[in-house]
Parts: sequence; C-alpha cells; structure tokens
Amino acid sequence: MTISVSIKGTGEGLIVSVPAGEWGKIRQAVLQTIDDRAEFFRNARLALQVDEHELGAAELGGLRDELARRDIGLWAVLSSSPTTKSAAADLGLALQLEPTEASVEDLPLDTPIDGEEAVLVARTLRSGNVLRHPGHVVVIGDVNPGAEITAGGNVIVWGRLRGVVHAGAGGDEEAVVCALDLAPTQLRIAGHIAVSPERRKDPGPEIARIREGQLIADTWKDSRQR
Amino acid sequence: MSGTIVTITSGKGGVGKTTATANIGVALASEGARVVCIDADIGLRNLDVVMGLENRIVYDLVDVVEGRCKLRQAMIKDKRLSELYLIPAAQTRDKTAVSPQDMIRLTDDLRDEYDWILIDSPAGIERGFRNAIAPADIVVIVTNPEVSAVRDADRIIGLIEAEEKGPGQLILNRVKPEMVKRGDMLGTEDILDVLAINLLGVVPEDDGVVVSSNQGMPAALDPRSRAGKAFRDVARRLRGEEVPFEALESRDGFFGRIARLVRPGGDA
Repeated sequence: MTISVSIKGTGEGLIVSVPAGEWGKIRQAVLQTIDDRAEFFRNARLALQVDEHELGAAELGGLRDELARRDIGLWAVLSSSPTTKSAAADLGLALQLEPTEASVEDLPLDTPIDGEEAVLVARTLRSGNVLRHPGHVVVIGDVNPGAEITAGGNVIVWGRLRGVVHAGAGGDEEAVVCALDLAPTQLRIAGHIAVSPERRKDPGPEIARIREGQLIADTWKDSRQR
Repeated sequence: MSGTIVTITSGKGGVGKTTATANIGVALASEGARVVCIDADIGLRNLDVVMGLENRIVYDLVDVVEGRCKLRQAMIKDKRLSELYLIPAAQTRDKTAVSPQDMIRLTDDLRDEYDWILIDSPAGIERGFRNAIAPADIVVIVTNPEVSAVRDADRIIGLIEAEEKGPGQLILNRVKPEMVKRGDMLGTEDILDVLAINLLGVVPEDDGVVVSSNQGMPAALDPRSRAGKAFRDVARRLRGEEVPFEALESRDGFFGRIARLVRPGGDA
C-alpha cells in the first residue's frame, strides 16, 4: 500500500499533508517524497499537516532536524491532536497558518493595466542613480541631473524632475510623466522623445503625455479642464 | 580622545581639494590642534608642493604601506607649525599600490595621537577615491559654482551615501560674487538646491591663492587673505563653532563705487 503524501503550495510556503496510519511508515514516506523532489523542496518553508497523529516533542524535533538537513524550514505543524499541538508549541512551531494579507491580485482593479505594481522611492535620486522598473515609479524627492528613471508604466515625481526620464518604456503610449517641477534633461514616453523647453520662472506641477502623436505637457490646472 | 578623520574629495578635478586640505590643516594647527595631512593622490602628488614641503620628502605613503619604513618616518613636520605633519603620496606609482584596508589601518594608527587626520582625495570615482574615503569619519566635498563641478559633486554625494559615509559637507570654492549678482554664475542657493547637504564653507575666488601655492605658503597663514579667512572659518565650523557666513560683496561695495565716481579718472 503506497502512502500518499500530498503537497500544496500556498502564500505561506508548502503544506505537506499526511494520511492516517502508522507514523513510522508515514514519516518515511514524507522524507522519501521530499527526497524524490529535492530541488523543489530546497530552501522551502514547510508546514506539516498531520491531522490526528499524536507526536511528541522528540519526534517533531527530530523531524525538524531531518528537514533542516535537507535545507527545509519546518515552521508549522497543523494537527487536531492536543499532544501534537502542545509538543509543537514547545518547539516554537506555529499551530496554524497565519491569515494572509489580501494579495494584490485579489483586489479587483478598475483599470487592469499590465504592471500595476509601483515602486516607491522616498529619497532624492542623485547623478548616476539609475532606477529601472517594469511598472510604475513614484519618487518622493528630486531627480537630479544625471539621474535616470526608466519605467514600463508612469513616472510620478513629487519634487523636481531634472534628470532623464522614460515612461512607457515598453511601448505604452498611454504612460504619463508627472512632476511638481517638470524640467528633465530628456523626456521620453514610449518611442517619443523631447527636451525641456526653457525653464519658466514659476514652475508648477505638470503632466506630460502623448496627445495626437505629440509629446505635450499640461499644467495641472489645464489638465483638469480637459 | 580619538582623532577625527576628514576626507576632502570632489569628483571633479581642479576644484580646490588640495588647496582646501592644506589650508584647513594649517588653520586647525594654528589653533593648537595636532594635525596630519595625507596626500592620497598616488602618482599625481601635489599636497607637498602646496604646503611647501616638497624638498623634505624622504619616504611616502606607499613606502609605509609596503613596509619599507615606519609610519612616523614618512611624516614630514611643517616648516612653520610644529603640530602639523604631512604624509606625501608617491609620485612614481599609481592608485593600485594602496588599498582601502591599508588606509584604514594606517589612519587608525594615527587616531590616538592626532586630533585631525585630513586626507586629500584624488579626483574621480575609482580606486583612489575609494582609498581616500574608506577611513573617513567626515567627508568634505569641494565644488565650484559651475554646472559640471556640481554634477560631479552630486555623483560623489550619491556614492558616499551608498557607502554609508554620507551625507557629507560642502565647500563652495572659487565663488565670484559679481558674477553671481549678474546671474552669470551659480549662487550658493542654486547649488544647495541640487546638492542638498550641509554647507561647511564658501570661499571666494582669490588671486592670492595662486601666489600662495607657488610659494608653498597656504593662504590661511595670511591674515589679509580673503580665501584664507574663509578656510579658517571652515576649520572653526569643523570644530563645532557656529560661524556666520560672510556676505561676499566685492571689495568695491557701495562706498567703493562712489569713491571711484568722484576720484579723478573715475567712471563719472
């Protein structure tokens, strides 16, 4: 009779579930399963679902060591048996899977665009700093001349944008560049490129986008009227 | 009390690092501190020239690092100030002769006996620069009010922040107040706007500095030198004193111009 050990992948890592039966054989089956897929399990976080098996601290500790030898971290033991639960707690193992925070994919988005992930950098980018990201980029700080931002999505700078910026680097012509002071040495959206016009005396927030095939910048006030 | 290691760097060449190192060293030593200046520009040494000590070089930094002499043997005592020393660079080697670890070891050795260890960094961002900043407690960045110098200074600040030696202190060197007033030269505010670090000093352009360098007599020794005064103020600020920044009006000023108008041969 082969013992079927089931493996499930979750946000918490891997969960290995075992059936009822004689623990010695089951333990062996678990280790065999893991050894059969050594690469898959290496450096994994493992939760062990043992249901009604009654396992003492020595047994759980020994099993944890065996798994550690295979570079696997046993972090939780799920069981309905008080003995097992108590032993697991003594060893510092978790007794349940933590509730996961709603992952980004779960939240419904109004505007499904590729790469909704945004990276936030909360400091000034200095000359020589290069920031590349497939999604959107938000900077709280200045972007000094000599700094570069290349983003697949939009680029938003809460500060002075004076470096080189490329939004929609993957070809997205809907991408925009916003800044409180839009004065980049070079501005690109998708395949379009422009240099900054003469600095106005009174720089205000602006948003640059492609409209009718041209790269234009609207002041914040103007853009609201459209 | 343990000494403080200050590295003076810039990114751009020719902005006044060596001049600053020599003058700050002289200013600190004049106030009674025990100071060692180290020239880390291996292969292109000039701190010795600016301090007027080039004839006294027997051993240099690379000799120390390679074990041909003891550290104290390479230290040249200044001609004028008894508590000011120089460890010159080698002229016949290059930056690879010394490593960041060598610099740390060497300066650690000096900390117990000296109040200030000033390291004159070479220009650039490669090995020489990394050697110079490795042991630094404080990094001083020298720049000129000129776009390429400021761009390089920004790069340097980014690099030292990445090395966790930041944020650095700024010396704005070779400022010409008349040009700033005309809008032909970047002013202090424009530069701080980009670099956003603490201002340690503003040094006016001063022809006397050329003479000082040629004579090996740092301007900080000359009570009449305006650049010298600015460097002495830098030394005081390094020691924690609050020194207000001088308004760098030109010598003419309001009354000067009036005087020129009424004098025979004046503008009127």
